[in-house]
Amino acid sequence: MRRIVVVGASAAGLAAAETLRREGYTGALTLVGDEPHAPYDRPPLSKQLLAAEWEPDRLTLRRPEDLTALDADLRLGTEATALDTAARTVRLADGTDVPYDGLIVATGVRPRRLPGGGHVLRTLDDALALRAGLRPGRHLAVVGAGFLGAEAAAVARGLGCEVTLLEPAPVPLAHAVGEEVGRVLSRAHQEHGVTLRTGVSVAEVTGAGVRLADGELVAADETLVAVGSLPNTEWLAGSGLGVGDGVLCDEYLEAAPGVYAAGDVARWTHPLFCVSMRIEHRTNAAEQGMAAARNLLNPGARKPFAPVPYFWSDQYDMKIQAFGHLRGHEEVAVVEGDLAERRFVAVYRTGDRVSGVLGVGVAPKVIREWRQAVAKGAPFLSSVGGTGKET
Amino acid sequence: MKVELDTDKCVASGQCVLTAMDVFDQDDDGIVVLLAEEPGADQLDDVREAVAVCPAAAIRLVEK
Repeated sequence: MRRIVVVGASAAGLAAAETLRREGYTGALTLVGDEPHAPYDRPPLSKQLLAAEWEPDRLTLRRPEDLTALDADLRLGTEATALDTAARTVRLADGTDVPYDGLIVATGVRPRRLPGGGHVLRTLDDALALRAGLRPGRHLAVVGAGFLGAEAAAVARGLGCEVTLLEPAPVPLAHAVGEEVGRVLSRAHQEHGVTLRTGVSVAEVTGAGVRLADGELVAADETLVAVGSLPNTEWLAGSGLGVGDGVLCDEYLEAAPGVYAAGDVARWTHPLFCVSMRIEHRTNAAEQGMAAARNLLNPGARKPFAPVPYFWSDQYDMKIQAFGHLRGHEEVAVVEGDLAERRFVAVYRTGDRVSGVLGVGVAPKVIREWRQAVAKGAPFLSSVGGTGKET
Repeated sequence: MKVELDTDKCVASGQCVLTAMDVFDQDDDGIVVLLAEEPGADQLDDVREAVAVCPAAAIRLVEK
């Protein structure tokens, strides 16, 4: 293989490019990114950057000399607009066609938007724009109480803003972490002075705030729309790649001969959970980028991609950490601590297996032990024993 | 090769410990602790992987 193109220059694309070099690939390497910035880290955008604790330079994923050492043709500020899998070329927005023998698609996702606009929070520029509007006494409305919206709400409170959190579901995050844990997390927001309104449907964002479906106006100076994201796959139209809420890959992350996908945009069936998934977590981006690069380079020794997913969230003084695949779980058992005190370990059951673990305010080593149970798909009942308080 | 940490950036994910157990550990708050500042050649691949999977980009491997 003499020419490899990586489309997407964030965590997944960077990890892929670095892995290619680490694994001994010496051919031409092109790394394409649509943002003008050198690869940077996204999780701090809704945390330290938004809180003005860190400035943008702290977010760069690699020093300039590390990027130089990659010996890649770095095309930043350049969008990929089309893929021709027959000719094996990637068309860029500047009109050039970049030929490849191997391709890794890591084009990520973009935020869903609502009529009327409002802030979104995906890029560095998004975060800086939102940050400029957060000052003591300003009113921020956040549409969507998922992890991103909740983190931003917590930061805004810390900055002295009045915050209204609007969520269509009856309990925030219930689909992801279960009702009980979702309630515990949302109670923390209320105790910190956030106005939480659940079961509301938002029609549009206006200059004066957020218009609900029933006509009510929730007044706000700034609005953040955090209602999920859409995979960036439009540029693959007509390429022959399978697309359906992400780039469809096999268990090796291959989407077409010589074409792999990684990061937020990649959809594959996880061998451990036997569920088709797309993971929008920072750790997965790096792991998947590495796996795609290795499988691309070593066709004879490919490995299925079967990570134990990990995510964390910081809200107020809570650090939330989770391993596994919590979505679609059937039961949650608290095996340690107390939900009400927001210090606990919750273990998730899907089928008769341990499928996930989530901890708040407990030593990470404790949660890590449960990670083993997730990795093995340990039987739920014997794992939680008689100690589990079912919720 | 020398390992450098930015513990202020560390988010306590423990991914480094899972990847290179002889080089990294976590304190009670989950913050990364360095067990071997200059890991042996046999550990370099694992450390490089830890650098890559660290979700906070808090680990760096520096050529001496």
